[in-house]
Amino acid sequence: MYPAAFDYHAPKNVKEALGLLGKLKDDAKILAGGHSLIPMMKLRLAQPKHLIDLGKVPGLSGIKADGKALAIGAMTTHWEIESSSAVKSKLPVLAEVASVIGDPAVRNKGTIGGSLAHADPAADWPAAMIALGAEMVCEGPKGKRKVGVDQWFLGLMATALKERELLAQVRVPLLPAGSGAAYMKFPHPASRFAVVGVCAAVTLDKQGVCTKAGVGVTGAGTKAVRAKGVEAALVGKRLDPAAIEAAAQKAADGVDVQADLQGSVEYKSHLCRVFAKRAITEAVKRAGA
Amino acid sequence: MATVVQERLFGKAIKRREDPRFITGRGQYVDDVKLPGMTYAAFVRSPHAHARIRRIDTSGALKHPGVVAVFTGKDMAGVNSLPCGWDLRKEKNIPGVVQDLAMVPHMPLTADVARHVGDPVAVVIAESQAAAVDAVDRVKVDWEPLPSVTVTDRAARSGAPQIHTGAPGNVAFKWEIGDRSATDAAFKGAATTVKKRILNQRLVANAMEPRACIARFDTATGELTLWVTSQNPHVHRLLMCAFVLGIPEHKVRVIAPDVGGGFGSKIFLYNEEVVCSWVARQLKRPVRWTATRREAYLTDAHGRDHVTDAELALGRDGKILGLRVKTTANLGAYLSTFAPAIPTFLYGTLLNGVYTIGAIHCEVTGVFTNTTAVDAYRGAGRPEACYVLERIVEAGARALGMDVAELRKKNFIPKFSGAFQTLVAVSYDSGDYAAAFDRLLQMLNYRKFRAEQEAARKQGRLLGIGFSTYIEACSIAPSKLVGALGAGAGLYESAKVRVHPTGGVTVYTGSHSHGQGHETTFAQLVADELQIPIEQVEIVHGDTGAIPFGMGTYGSRSASVGGTAILMSLNKIKEKGKRIAAHLLEASANDIEYVNGQFQVKGVPSKAVPFGAVSLTAYVPHKYPDNLEPGLEETSFYDPSNFCFPFGAHACVVEVDRDTGAVQIQRYLAVDDVGKVINPMIVDGMVHGGIAQGVGQALCEGAVYDEGSGQLVTGSMMDYALPKADMLPLYETDRTVTPTPVNPMGIKGAGETGTIAATPTVVNAVIDALAPLGVDHIEAMPLTSERVWKAIQAAKAKR
Ligand SMILES: Cc1cc2nc3c(=O)[nH]c(=O)nc-3n(C[C@H](O)[C@H](O)[C@H](O)COP(=O)(O)OP(=O)(O)OC[C@H]3O[C@@H](n4cnc5c(N)ncnc54)[C@H](O)[C@@H]3O)c2cc1C
Repeated sequence: MYPAAFDYHAPKNVKEALGLLGKLKDDAKILAGGHSLIPMMKLRLAQPKHLIDLGKVPGLSGIKADGKALAIGAMTTHWEIESSSAVKSKLPVLAEVASVIGDPAVRNKGTIGGSLAHADPAADWPAAMIALGAEMVCEGPKGKRKVGVDQWFLGLMATALKERELLAQVRVPLLPAGSGAAYMKFPHPASRFAVVGVCAAVTLDKQGVCTKAGVGVTGAGTKAVRAKGVEAALVGKRLDPAAIEAAAQKAADGVDVQADLQGSVEYKSHLCRVFAKRAITEAVKRAGA
Repeated sequence: MATVVQERLFGKAIKRREDPRFITGRGQYVDDVKLPGMTYAAFVRSPHAHARIRRIDTSGALKHPGVVAVFTGKDMAGVNSLPCGWDLRKEKNIPGVVQDLAMVPHMPLTADVARHVGDPVAVVIAESQAAAVDAVDRVKVDWEPLPSVTVTDRAARSGAPQIHTGAPGNVAFKWEIGDRSATDAAFKGAATTVKKRILNQRLVANAMEPRACIARFDTATGELTLWVTSQNPHVHRLLMCAFVLGIPEHKVRVIAPDVGGGFGSKIFLYNEEVVCSWVARQLKRPVRWTATRREAYLTDAHGRDHVTDAELALGRDGKILGLRVKTTANLGAYLSTFAPAIPTFLYGTLLNGVYTIGAIHCEVTGVFTNTTAVDAYRGAGRPEACYVLERIVEAGARALGMDVAELRKKNFIPKFSGAFQTLVAVSYDSGDYAAAFDRLLQMLNYRKFRAEQEAARKQGRLLGIGFSTYIEACSIAPSKLVGALGAGAGLYESAKVRVHPTGGVTVYTGSHSHGQGHETTFAQLVADELQIPIEQVEIVHGDTGAIPFGMGTYGSRSASVGGTAILMSLNKIKEKGKRIAAHLLEASANDIEYVNGQFQVKGVPSKAVPFGAVSLTAYVPHKYPDNLEPGLEETSFYDPSNFCFPFGAHACVVEVDRDTGAVQIQRYLAVDDVGKVINPMIVDGMVHGGIAQGVGQALCEGAVYDEGSGQLVTGSMMDYALPKADMLPLYETDRTVTPTPVNPMGIKGAGETGTIAATPTVVNAVIDALAPLGVDHIEAMPLTSERVWKAIQAAKAKR
């Protein structure tokens, strides 16, 4: 499978990259790990005339922790996140998510920024970003701007990223004490993308009452969404199995569930509920530990 | 003279001699061949399932930089249809024909109507692959889309779109086997009958190496050379020369170098090979084509695709009284090379299984649809037969309330050797079916498992066990027999053994290795027979320029048919060697024996000539018998007297996730009887891979067409779910050994057994897991999580 002809650019810094983006406009695509873009180019579903490879731009990858958040460069690979000691100690659920993306080859090339910019409806990161309340740091001709995750995913493979911008960084807030988070996924039998994936993060007070909950659902619809009904049903409750079960029942509400080969609307909605229950149950367990 | 006793290699798990070059990237595949002046072909394919071609405008493509030529079907006037090598017609006295096969044309580039998505209509030839692919988009085809039908049991319904004028109602043929009235009578006398609709879904072969070909025409010699990913280069040559291009065979050389898997899909003659060969002669330049994975999904022959209604009649005691089978087989848009044989003579003839059955009747209707052509895929007809039989037997046991293992045991054909005449034409060679099953139950600890299952069920867990026995017809086949059944070819095998002056041996075999390990197993045979080190043996295959003839590799025939041909040549070599040695030893040839690598006077090891001295003498015949030709090279053709019939029993333990319907395999056990085994490691590999493929069909694989548009929805590895290593447990395998009396080595065949047995085994296990909920059948495979979940929901709703 041969992509259509294109020119390749390897800018040395962000400024140069933005300059190219400004100049080439619609004809250009940013290349990160290439594990979503290149397959599409080979099938000729995408035929950009120019590729702007961010691989040689310094400063776009790596994981830094400050007191409040993990700042993850857009070009950080899934594997770097999966194996990072900072992630494992401060926000281990991110390593859990990374570890179930595709296979080792995919994880070694694919990047978190690429995944969030691509916004594949079955990608794993979006569920976690929603549950944890991440912020996207975009860089454009006018400088940097931050976009909250709830404003980020606009629709099928559509995000709030503007035409001349690139995604530079993802800031994921750390969870307060007494919190636990988990990601549970029903993998597509062929691609291993999420047929349904649910990430849940809960914070419990000393009495075991839920003070804060974040639940993101990916896979089932045209874009990942926040399961607001579930979150509302969790907060203020003591999270025993009955409470979790009741909350999880709302997991498919507000998801525009799409039928495909992997399941009918009925089945996929059901999976949202099953995996919400499993993710919340595990998150609660981890919060207690 | 001191003699070294050479260790016998038959039965030894020696490592594969071909692997170092494969795993270090030094194999030579078709796509690795680079020729000076090479051009590249890319095909313009139908985006529609069914559409008339109003006009093709190639002018844009011809202007594209680097494009050398563009050809359409109209340009290829004078080139014939791709042949179908299996005839089902009454006038040919083919048994069982109810309605003659419609021999519909299959043109290399269709000029009037495209009949499936991917049907090639034009070819672009360019100086580079990139230019060829780019220019494909610049060929403008004016399409008139037509309604399409892809679904097997809708193709022959009234009102369905008509695909070929020569096949009214889209019926390709009707065929039957067995005894209808005896079967009707058996059902009348039955205590219990069960009837199930059983679907065997369409599969894609997914060989690791996509198909490829390079055609070169030598203007000096007038010779055409075709490198092609083929399982049977001589068959490719024969079909192309005699039927399509009309080039004499001696002017064509077909080379199938290293080939990365086939699973049947590389047996057949394909459009692209014919087109490239034709273009190479037109342009007098080499032409290369390599399929993309998407092209592989759209054009490699698919497998299976049956819709069956099966009925079983049982006595109160659990004896199988009758089996009635009605199958519709989807052949796709065209007749692939051996397509009509698969759902008939390789299917209906296996429905007797390993059981004593009172009466059998089977009817098959082959239909055309707007889908990729269907032909042999690993097992080819036999997996479909085994699936029907093992599912319906299982359903019968449940209907009777009898243990599934018990019912099978009651019905096994007793141990025999020589011949067991089935009710469906074939006669088995040897078998001890109960022994394999008993060994399986013992490995499983069946009683203990049932107790564990009982306990698990009490906790609400859905644990199940499934069995399947199987019979397989391989070592294909006696030429006379298959000829009488409609085959257009003989099914013998050839082997030429050349002993070089210095004692090295080259074997030229008509079998073709595309993963099977012939370079190892065949060399083991030679090393044993001639008692020479295996390093002295070279196996050559895949080149019509070097090998006398060959029918190739499929139907688990290489060791038993190809191997026997080698053995025959080796015996001839030894016989000639005896005459040479007798002369040197001044003895009579009748008094010479070949022992431990030397020709010696019987019982007198000190009066001997080593193998190397005899081979040298054959080529330097100074001291040589009169009336004996120099040289030491022998050719043999072996045509077996019967098929061989491997058999066995498999079992699988699964647990079903009640919430999601996901199936997890916990144990998989297999006892296979493939006769004598040359290399147990290679046979284990065959069994393991076969089980994985069978599990794939049971749980995740399936080619799906969108009903409205006729598009192949599962057209890539991101959508078509091949089994993955983490789905599979560590297999527990064993063998019983019942040699076949058919060939001298007692080898049956091991290439397809796993694929045949695994699918019903896994499905039966899932049904067993769901049995407490009231599920006794799921019509369609694969058993995706959703299908299983829905079966659970439906059963719950009924209660
Ligand atoms: C076999 C396979 C299996 C997979 N399985 C999974 C899975 O299970 N779960 C999962 O979540 N994903 C899966 N993926 C997708 C994989 O994670 C991708 O790598 C990822 O989604 C995209 O990241 P990338 O770095 O490869 O981006 P690219 O492919 O390089 O780019 C993707 C898109 O994002 C844009 N882009 C990339 N980076 C930026 C940036 N910094 N700023 C602005 N735009 C940008 C590109 O222009 C392009 O449009 C799989 C992929 C493959 C090939």
